Amino acid sequence: MQRLFKHHETYVFIIIIVFSIVITAVNRNFLTLENFFDIAKSYSFIGIFAVGVTFVLISGGIDISFTAVATVAEYVMAVYIIKFGGNIITASIIVIIVGITLGMINALLIYFFKIPTIITTIATLNIYYGLLIVISGGKWIYSLPQWFRDFATINLFTVSKAGGSSYGLSIITTLWIVLIFLSWLILKYTRLGRGIYAMGGNMNSAKRIGFNIFGIQMFVYSFMGVMAGLAGLVQALLVQTVAPNSIVGKELDVIAAVVLGGASLLGGRGTLLGTVLGVALIAIMGNGLTLMRVSSYWYNIFIGLIIIISVSFSAYQQRKKQKRTINVHAQ
Amino acid sequence: MNGKNSELIILSVVMGFIFVLMSLLIPGQFLRIENLQSMAFQLPELGLLSLAMMITMLTGGIDLSIIATANLTGIVTALILKNSVLAGTEATVPGAIILLAVVTGLFTALIIGLINGLLVAVVNVSPILATLGTMTLVKGLAIVITKGYVISGLPNVIRFIGNGVIAGIPVGAILFTLCALLMSLILNRTPFGFSVYMLGSNPTATYYSGINNKLVLIKTYLISSLYAGFAALIMISRFNSAKAGYGESYLLVTILVSVLGGTSATGGFGKVSGLVLALIILQFVSSGLNLLRISSFLTITIWGLIIIFVMIVNYLGSKYRKRGVV
Repeated sequence: MQRLFKHHETYVFIIIIVFSIVITAVNRNFLTLENFFDIAKSYSFIGIFAVGVTFVLISGGIDISFTAVATVAEYVMAVYIIKFGGNIITASIIVIIVGITLGMINALLIYFFKIPTIITTIATLNIYYGLLIVISGGKWIYSLPQWFRDFATINLFTVSKAGGSSYGLSIITTLWIVLIFLSWLILKYTRLGRGIYAMGGNMNSAKRIGFNIFGIQMFVYSFMGVMAGLAGLVQALLVQTVAPNSIVGKELDVIAAVVLGGASLLGGRGTLLGTVLGVALIAIMGNGLTLMRVSSYWYNIFIGLIIIISVSFSAYQQRKKQKRTINVHAQ
Repeated sequence: MNGKNSELIILSVVMGFIFVLMSLLIPGQFLRIENLQSMAFQLPELGLLSLAMMITMLTGGIDLSIIATANLTGIVTALILKNSVLAGTEATVPGAIILLAVVTGLFTALIIGLINGLLVAVVNVSPILATLGTMTLVKGLAIVITKGYVISGLPNVIRFIGNGVIAGIPVGAILFTLCALLMSLILNRTPFGFSVYMLGSNPTATYYSGINNKLVLIKTYLISSLYAGFAALIMISRFNSAKAGYGESYLLVTILVSVLGGTSATGGFGKVSGLVLALIILQFVSSGLNLLRISSFLTITIWGLIIIFVMIVNYLGSKYRKRGVV
């Protein structure tokens, strides 16, 4: 029991439970399977981004460009399937290829020229996004093929409601769950995964032990690119329109969710469980405020307060651990 | 050759190159007084916000809340002004009320700066997270206060700050010059400025040299917010209104401007002069492309390319110098 309270995840989980009780007390509709499936589906887009961001943060870097990567991948995919047709496999392959390519460009700049990751990715965010708008003219795409529309409505299983309508576990949510599981396997059970933690903990030590830093960095940013591409695909599936300006600007929201889950910006720390809980916390807050009929104007205030309290609390925990050594670090 | 000066030389060369290129590409238009003047109108708000970002980066931190702070400051100032403006008498607001509005606005900014400073220095939260939290919170406050609407109809005097001209020079540009000089003085000529640089390079050594790290950090975030507040005055004046979401795209650009100007992302190094050169470069590019009627989105692409180019040149330069020493 005591060991449980050493983990950041436990506290996030407790906060989620407390919120859920409060929300349910006000509105019974919160604690239903239907609402749960609904939240999971609409937040799978943020959730897939968050998986990629977790990898980057654990490796000791940060990526800001993923929203632009997602937008470019989504746009290229939409143009291709409208012009040449195809199916969901073609669409997935396209977003993955675009994601890997743009992610690799980030990794190459970071590795060969030692540009700080935040600077590299802010610069490439502007480059990718600017080029996309210039080339596409900023046009929105509405006329997505019928099969693309149909795919988004597939449910893995369906539950019928008394009123005749039904709900179920969406294929989009399933994709998110599968991605979380695969990423968890990579992080926990492969040498590559341990290398990501090692590199984030201390780059020089990782190098001396014999980890291939170049390979790990290429993997981390390409992986972020793939997740960004897939998140772009999911966004297109969810809203069935491709608007070049709909994703860029959400970078910091996603990073906030991951950080709430306990990933450290200094690298070396973070788990996928934490990330899922962080996304869940943000999702439940958004959904809960609506269900409690609190005006959406208050959303940012609540999220801001949660972030401040949560990061202050974990900074306090951290300091308690280091009490024996004199802590004079500025950050 | 001194490493820091070589960065300024590279920036000056890039600036000269772009200036000549634009003058040749757009003969007769780029060099006209009107264009130079309009550039001087556009530069100050981004400039002040970049200075706000830069001082936190010098300590090895970052301030993501500057745009939200600027907007809340603008909203508070605009609300006080608007409530004191009687219908039809827009032009005549007593100076005392304007002063009250501006001071209250800046006071709001300082409170946010104090919260940031306390979170970073006392609670030990990493700056990016602390200011991400206050950014969201402050933006939320701004939305709740305005209910998402635009506050417009400000007195003429306010419009003068962003749109007025003294002896052919825009008032905003004069204000920016004064603020930049003040920042330069603070950083280079005061013990506080010295400890900002020291803290950025090595907090432990700074602590053991008898400097109160916490106080330095709190002051840094106070100054950062105050500069965001100055930017707010120019913003409400130029937009002639205040709103929760103005200028959000500036946030990442201010980091680019600081870094392009030679501010190290890990702290300890950076000069106001470099930042001003970087600002002028970006302004030349955007005004030039605008005159050429090229999409403003190509401008942000080119900004991205310029920063990567400068970072690569700096990296290769420092590698070459190191080899020379060995």
